[in-house]
Amino acid sequence: MAASMMAGRRWISRHGRRLVVALPLLWLLIFFLMPLVEVAQTSFTTARRGIPPFAPLWGFDKDGFFTNFNLKNYGLLLDYWQDYIGPAGNSLRLAFFSTLICLLFAYPMAWWIARSNPRQRAILLVLVMLPFWTSSLLRIYALIGLLNPNGFINSMLIFLGVIDTPLRMMQTDFSIYMGMLLTYLPLMILPLYAVMIRLEDDLLDAAADLGASRAGVFMTVVLPLTLPGIVAGSLLVFIPAVGEFVIPALLGGPEQIMVGKVLWTEFFRNRDWPVASAIAMLLLALLALPIIYARYQDGREAAIDRVGGQGGAP
Amino acid sequence: MNRGVSWPALWLGIIGFGILYVPVMVMVVYSFNAGRLVSVWAGFSTKWYGELMQNDQVLEALGKSLWVAVNAATLSTVFGVLIALAFVRYGNFRFRLLLSALASTPLVMPEVVTGLSLLLLFIAMEGFLGWPAGRGLDTIIIAHTTFGMCFAAIVVQSRLRDFDMSIEEAAADLGATQPFIFFSITLPVIAPAVVAAWLLAFTLSFDDLVIASFVSGPGSSTLPIVVFSKVRLGVTPEINALATIMIALVAASVITASIIIYRNAAGRVATTQKGSQP
Repeated sequence: MAASMMAGRRWISRHGRRLVVALPLLWLLIFFLMPLVEVAQTSFTTARRGIPPFAPLWGFDKDGFFTNFNLKNYGLLLDYWQDYIGPAGNSLRLAFFSTLICLLFAYPMAWWIARSNPRQRAILLVLVMLPFWTSSLLRIYALIGLLNPNGFINSMLIFLGVIDTPLRMMQTDFSIYMGMLLTYLPLMILPLYAVMIRLEDDLLDAAADLGASRAGVFMTVVLPLTLPGIVAGSLLVFIPAVGEFVIPALLGGPEQIMVGKVLWTEFFRNRDWPVASAIAMLLLALLALPIIYARYQDGREAAIDRVGGQGGAP
Repeated sequence: MNRGVSWPALWLGIIGFGILYVPVMVMVVYSFNAGRLVSVWAGFSTKWYGELMQNDQVLEALGKSLWVAVNAATLSTVFGVLIALAFVRYGNFRFRLLLSALASTPLVMPEVVTGLSLLLLFIAMEGFLGWPAGRGLDTIIIAHTTFGMCFAAIVVQSRLRDFDMSIEEAAADLGATQPFIFFSITLPVIAPAVVAAWLLAFTLSFDDLVIASFVSGPGSSTLPIVVFSKVRLGVTPEINALATIMIALVAASVITASIIIYRNAAGRVATTQKGSQP
């Protein structure tokens, strides 16, 4: 009796374990890995009329095995490089400067939060996380109301007599950077804050006592110790910024076309799924290194974890 | 040495918070504008809120978004807990490396790629298996669960790491089965993280435009899809009203939750450390 109970318990604990691993593993294999294989396949086939609007890459018919494998889609990306590779360059440029600008604002903000007393810190952290919980689409929409030619800023400036004709702020690099700041600033602040809060006051005091200037303390102590936060935050901003669709679609003009928007247009407007798939492969190639590198950063986990609940704690 | 914040840093910080909050505040104020234009104040009015309540398209999309988000968040949380259990408890199990790669890459995958690739999969599956027949809310739920579980796993994992294993070992010594231990001990202890994971997955699903656009079928437009199509045509005062309501709801719940967490944490610090915390 006791032996059979033990056996039953062992069965549950052994196969329970298997299920715990197998269920999420299977889900991710089917709905994450297989789709990527599917995109890769589709990028080598040809578009055609019908449902789905592309020819199968391979299969069997009455003559046996057939394949539609070709590199035409990638050739197209190169032939019309200013329509495809150009936006990819735009994406890298805009994402790079967005990351820098986010860092410029996030670093002092995170420092400010980390140096506050616990009560003030809790309030500031909520202020940082609140935007993360609200729809970025709606916040970008709010920004349009501010930047439009007849928007809030222009009407205020005209009302105050500062300018006569509206400033052109929409559909410029400026509007893209504002949108990126609005969307990604919290993601830069949180990993920075996570490393800064661990920075001991004694360390800064020691450096100052040994004669280091403020700039000296910053360069030799603060900057090296916060570097992991800078790297983690930069990856958190840069990677999604490169693939961003909503920001260039709503805030950008023809000069700010980004690769995510090109993919969208190719798919929804031109209904050329193979070319859209080739663009997806291009985007993945651009981001492969940062994505692999990001896997070895624990700052990202710290940031998501903080957003996910523990943020208000002192 | 001065441990405070220098003036230039403080100014950058204030501007930073300004960028996060001014656009939303202006929008909230102008949602009560009687006029149609953002620039001209034509007096206080709640008429756009009234018109919003009459807008069937928006209300229907809201219902669909809630349905998708509740289901996706629940599935994400279940899978997220399983992933967290595997990583924290099972040591070096087989497929650990594979699972960790698969569970972390969706976090950084560009949305357009996730959306397009899932759509292509659904179409291939429909061809081979006859399922899913067409695309609708089900396919959106599957898509959102796929990245939601990765976020949920991270939130649950950190809580599970702090877990005092001796309680479970005591229960096991007293003859409790693993499932019983999980539901009666582990789950109640990690409940705050499970709730946080659910809320995070809910928010990510509720706000998603790009992935839903790819995998939704005709007649399954969620709220972000409807909002995006309206915003593309220009500023619409009804969207101001909608955004104000949603932001007010989120702000109220985040602030309430933060106060509760802060009070609990402060109480715990006070009792365990007797004010040794700076």
